Amino acid sequence: MSLENTTQPETESLANDPAIETPETIIETRDLNVWYDETQALRDISMEIPERKVTALIGPSGCGKSTFLRCVNRMNDLIDAARVEGEVRLQGKNVYDDDVDPVALRRAVGMVFQEPNPFPKSIYDNVAYGLRVQGKDDNLDEKVETALRRAALWDEVSDQLDSSGLDLSGGQQQRLCIARAIAPDPEVVLMDEPASALDPVATSKIEDLIEDLASEYTVVIVTHNMQQAARISDRTAVFLTGGELVEYGDTEKIFENPEHQRVEDYITGKFG
Amino acid sequence: MSAIDITDDAVTDRATTVARGVFFACAVVTVLTTLGIILVLVTGAVPFFRDVSPVTFFTGADWSPLIRPYSFGVLEIVWGTMMIVVGSALVALPIGVLTAIYLSEYAGERVRRVVKPTLEILAGIPTIVYGFFAISFITPQLQRVFPETGTFNAASAAIVVGIMILPMVSSLSEDAMSAVPDELRNAGYGLGATKFEVSTTVVVPSALSGILASFILAISRAIGETMAVALAAGMNPTITLDVFSEIQTMTAYMVQVATGDVSAGSIQYQSLFAVGLTLFVMTLAMNLLSQYARSRYREVYD
Repeated sequence: MSLENTTQPETESLANDPAIETPETIIETRDLNVWYDETQALRDISMEIPERKVTALIGPSGCGKSTFLRCVNRMNDLIDAARVEGEVRLQGKNVYDDDVDPVALRRAVGMVFQEPNPFPKSIYDNVAYGLRVQGKDDNLDEKVETALRRAALWDEVSDQLDSSGLDLSGGQQQRLCIARAIAPDPEVVLMDEPASALDPVATSKIEDLIEDLASEYTVVIVTHNMQQAARISDRTAVFLTGGELVEYGDTEKIFENPEHQRVEDYITGKFG
Repeated sequence: MSAIDITDDAVTDRATTVARGVFFACAVVTVLTTLGIILVLVTGAVPFFRDVSPVTFFTGADWSPLIRPYSFGVLEIVWGTMMIVVGSALVALPIGVLTAIYLSEYAGERVRRVVKPTLEILAGIPTIVYGFFAISFITPQLQRVFPETGTFNAASAAIVVGIMILPMVSSLSEDAMSAVPDELRNAGYGLGATKFEVSTTVVVPSALSGILASFILAISRAIGETMAVALAAGMNPTITLDVFSEIQTMTAYMVQVATGDVSAGSIQYQSLFAVGLTLFVMTLAMNLLSQYARSRYREVYD
């Protein structure tokens, strides 16, 4: 777990001083290019993602935003056709270096997927899964409860921890997946359109939850719902067709006064 | 403007009705055959049970239908069948599941293209060839390691039946594992699980009902397996734990009597039906169990 905590002391001193609000960069990409076979999915992406903030990646379908997310925890390794060039630095360390173990990387960078994908196991075992494979299974009951509370699901499931995760509603399943992702206490939580398969009520619960999570985790969320990005994120990156990062900055600025005409057109719904 | 005719009964013509009838008749053939087999077994077994009480038959442990004094305690040949079932399961279930995990989770496209057809060839070999293979190859090899091994022995037959049912276990288990959605694998990888952990703690438990169904079908096949065990295991009904000695299974007994010179209507002839009925009930129970396991498996992803 060499990836964790290398810049911790500095971060804490900053966090302890309320006057200073300069967040540390936790993820930095340099000239990141990704191909699927011959198709280029990302072009020269260089960006810095701040720690303990919500960073939203928005853009039309096929713009590469999910691909970007999957580079951060190297889930793209699992796709044979994918080829990655450039650097993705997590706390300064390039995750594509030869000495990086993707399994260890994924322990530091949790992920929530588009479709809720609980295991066909009990609610308890779902949340405990990551803790068990990562060998963090001391005080398991307590950690499972904490994760479920953070995911705002505890009150709904505390008396049915032994029933299957698949018996929950879609929105509950997604919160279960969030609990499962945060239970092992990763540094970063990646979310790939976590609310796109959910109804509006469930969506708003997930959004509230994401804002809360940013107090303890760095959240990078892909969404094609612009209102959602505007509501919950601190920083927004706009990807446009062809895998280009067109504009990246404070969410307020992107939505109120974007620099690029193409971004304004996209945000105001003229295309995409 | 011409009127649209939607009442034209020439569209659904006689050919449609005839086709429907032909399809129905074909479907009925299988049902009637099954019913016919059950009827033959039951009517054939009734006169047998008039002479030999079912209690003696199902609880007796001495099977000597051809040599005086006659005795019809079926347990000796049920035991023989069970030895083959347990032995072949010990061979086929672990190897089959590990093969399935390898094919579903580890193997590349090229390896899969070679291994899967090979397994299917294994499944297509006539069972008499397996029996011959057991006598001419497996038994001599066993005799080299364990000199007490007889010419006919349970171990050799169990091993060869295990090889025979292996493709069934691996192929059905692999189907079940391949049906596990990739989203579940990704969830495991996303939590920092290794490939081994994803295979054993996500894929196998998620495919468990399908894997169990493959076990049960394979065991059912081992119960009914005939030629290989008739050749390799021998014709000596005994209750023994010595796997290197000669035994007799229920199926081997039926071969012995059916190919021998007993006269129709004799008690030996009637005993065929009683043993056949017992076998049928055993395999039917296994198949029902397998269907139950599968229906539970479907519930998981619907």
